[in-house]
Amino acid sequence: MNNVKAIEAPKKIATGIEGLEHITMGGITEGRTTLVVGSSGSGKTIFAVEFLYRGITEFDRPGVFVTFEERTPGIMQNVKALGWNLDELVQQNKLKFIDASPEPVPITETGDYDLSGLLVQIEYAVKEIGAKLVVMDSMGALFHQFSNTELIRREIFRIAEALKGLGVTGLMTAERLEEYGLISRYGVEEFVSDNVIILRNVLEAEKCRRTIQVLKMRGNTHYKGEFPFTISSTGISILPLSAMELKQSSSTDRISFGNAELDKMTNGGLFRDSITLVSGPTGGGKTLMCTTFTAEACSHGEKVLLLAYEESGQQLLRNAQSWGMDFRKWEQEGLLKVICLYPEAMGLEDHLLMIRREIEQFEPRRMIMDSVSAMERVSTVSNFREFVIGLTSYVKQKEICSLCTSTTPKLSGGDSITEAHISTITDAIILLRYVEINGVLRRGIAVIKMRGSQHDKRVREFTIDGQGLHIGDPFKNVQNIILGIPSISGPSDKEQLEDMFQK
Amino acid sequence: MKYVLKLYVVGNTAVSSRAERNLKNICAELIEDEYVIEVIDILKKPKLAVDESIRAIPTLIKELPAPLRRVIGDLSDNEKVLLGLGLTRKEKIPETGEYNE
Repeated sequence: MNNVKAIEAPKKIATGIEGLEHITMGGITEGRTTLVVGSSGSGKTIFAVEFLYRGITEFDRPGVFVTFEERTPGIMQNVKALGWNLDELVQQNKLKFIDASPEPVPITETGDYDLSGLLVQIEYAVKEIGAKLVVMDSMGALFHQFSNTELIRREIFRIAEALKGLGVTGLMTAERLEEYGLISRYGVEEFVSDNVIILRNVLEAEKCRRTIQVLKMRGNTHYKGEFPFTISSTGISILPLSAMELKQSSSTDRISFGNAELDKMTNGGLFRDSITLVSGPTGGGKTLMCTTFTAEACSHGEKVLLLAYEESGQQLLRNAQSWGMDFRKWEQEGLLKVICLYPEAMGLEDHLLMIRREIEQFEPRRMIMDSVSAMERVSTVSNFREFVIGLTSYVKQKEICSLCTSTTPKLSGGDSITEAHISTITDAIILLRYVEINGVLRRGIAVIKMRGSQHDKRVREFTIDGQGLHIGDPFKNVQNIILGIPSISGPSDKEQLEDMFQK
Repeated sequence: MKYVLKLYVVGNTAVSSRAERNLKNICAELIEDEYVIEVIDILKKPKLAVDESIRAIPTLIKELPAPLRRVIGDLSDNEKVLLGLGLTRKEKIPETGEYNE
């Protein structure tokens, strides 16, 4: 009975792969073999190499890489661009390759055999460098080298067991033919079944979307479902969007919008860590609001990251210039960073990763995204929602005051998908609307939400001239501006009387 | 011409000793030329397993003469072993009278 008590839950070890610790709640199980399955091109090999590389360089765990498919020099070469010098690690005796790629020599099979030779090689390598990790890529290739499928499956099980005996943490990769179907070709998972991770590369809305799913982690908890990931110049980055927690601190600092009247409408300015959504029709003055917000920050020496998805950098500079704001100067001074990009340039995960990298490097105090709704074009609704949540929670963590714009599909107002998804996440919402009164087009502005603060509930007139934006008086006797169907209600008797006598 | 055959085995398992026996029989009965057989236990010399990239056990490698050939398994099928090694079968000497009219 005492023995039973002594057994502990399996421990997890960190992998160093960005985001993996989060979705696995701490890493992969120590002393067990994890199976990573994925279709061709899903990133299995890079996952395997990165696991080993980070294990060696960040956690000082020497490792053995067994390759059944690609030859050793090829693997080293492929990851060179990521700055991973595997050859150095080999020289330092921290990494050992076992090249079990197909032999150029013809092999004849006659009668019984097993893979003891491979096992001896692994054991020898593990002992030689004191390895803690063993990676095998990919098991499927073994089935092409040897004809006896049943035997190979049995041997894979034996190898996984042997790794346990050696006290090393294993990682095996295996291929699958469909993104949603059998877990792996040849049913490898039936033999290495402690932990299974699935990598996918799915074509969605004409964009490739990579996801990772922890299918099981025996004896341990993990987040369920698919999480988007990308492969960039720093390796794999998993973006655990829906696993984010709402635990940002909140600030009571207020910052100015750049317009005194607007600050008044929001009862003293925006909160330092808040996210504001400016929604309006095209030509409604959204970009001018962004420009004003930028100018306010830069003229006070605050760094601003401006992400423009609808205009080129030159256009932005010219427009700002016309209102007397010198973006070029601020750019030179390092206060302003403008990134202009078509949303179609890459998938949303890559956009998100890029924004995060920029924020880490540039460390802005404010961020502007003009417009968020442009991103809708390149993704599915759920993907877009994940993007918005991922981005907003990240900028909140960093206490970056952010302004996002959203273009409404109808000139007169109305909802867009962006608003439906982002409005509950944002702290403040400012609406810009066209108001047609007696055949004249005017602009209206209203603050409809200001979390944690009082705000002006009236719809005010909003004008644009050579100086920038101006906020005028509230509209009187006009109803339903926000709904986009302004109608004039007659002046009250009292006002009519006043007018009468004034004239 | 002298043949150099190396048989890689693990310990004294049944399969390994069967392979060794089969190989010796084949060589003795079916190969005309001179030959050397070296049996290597990779448990004792694991480095050789790495150097020769030995995966399956038993593995028979014909090192000389070129080209290099590999046969894996317990070598229980004579024809396949000969074919795999690229060797020619020794001509059976007909017993007197048998083939005469």
